[in-house]
Amino acid sequence: MDWQGQKLAEHLMQLMLVFFAVVAFITGYVLGSFQTMLLIYAAGVVLTSLITIPNWPFFNRNPINWLDSSEAEKHPKPQPAPISGPKKKVSKK
Amino acid sequence: MHSFGYRANALLTFAITILALMCAIASVSDNFNSPSPTSQVQVLNINWFQKKPDGDDEVSLTLNISANLESLFTWNTKQVFVFLAAEYETPKNMLNQVSLWDGIIPSKEHAKFWIHTTNKYRFIDQGSNLRGKDFNLTLHWHVMPKTGKMFSDKIVMSGYRLPQLYR
Repeated sequence: MDWQGQKLAEHLMQLMLVFFAVVAFITGYVLGSFQTMLLIYAAGVVLTSLITIPNWPFFNRNPINWLDSSEAEKHPKPQPAPISGPKKKVSKK
Repeated sequence: MHSFGYRANALLTFAITILALMCAIASVSDNFNSPSPTSQVQVLNINWFQKKPDGDDEVSLTLNISANLESLFTWNTKQVFVFLAAEYETPKNMLNQVSLWDGIIPSKEHAKFWIHTTNKYRFIDQGSNLRGKDFNLTLHWHVMPKTGKMFSDKIVMSGYRLPQLYR
């Protein structure tokens, strides 16, 4: 799951759960049935789980673009060897 | 939200938090119900009335209890426990309460009832104070909700009197 997908999954999860909670509570209150409220909410939780937990393709529409290897070679990693040695010694003193 | 397990954990935590909130609001919604229950009790007969060998008065009554407790039931009510108590004053105690009958009402359909019964539990005084005693019959109830706070209340019915003589 890419970054945008993770954001989407979290928002979807929160919105859907709150939505189902509100619908379940109102329905239960109007029908006067606590059980109906619990059943609707349970169904909502299951549905939300199915949509937001598995790594569905639509969470992967913005893949992370890594630099290709030729680009990486032009900007080599800084080599720690000669500089960091004395610095560490200085910091210890 | 980077892994299956993390997403499942976040979802369950949030879902259960919301469920707790819904239950709390359901409990609060019970306060909007203002019940108007009614009840009537007739003492049909004094079956017998005697002093037990240890000196305490005991009386056996035949009662006709009718009540309409439908308005106590809301969508958040699991059951209602109801009991009928005889209440009277003696020189020693301001308030004596003797439970004569009780019952559990499981649903609104059973909340309008009448029952013809002798006292289910023995009506025994602590002492010998019952002759000619005025007493109240009080219908107490406890509303047990599915979630949240319990409610209790009572209806006091006065004007009952025990006979002057044992029989």
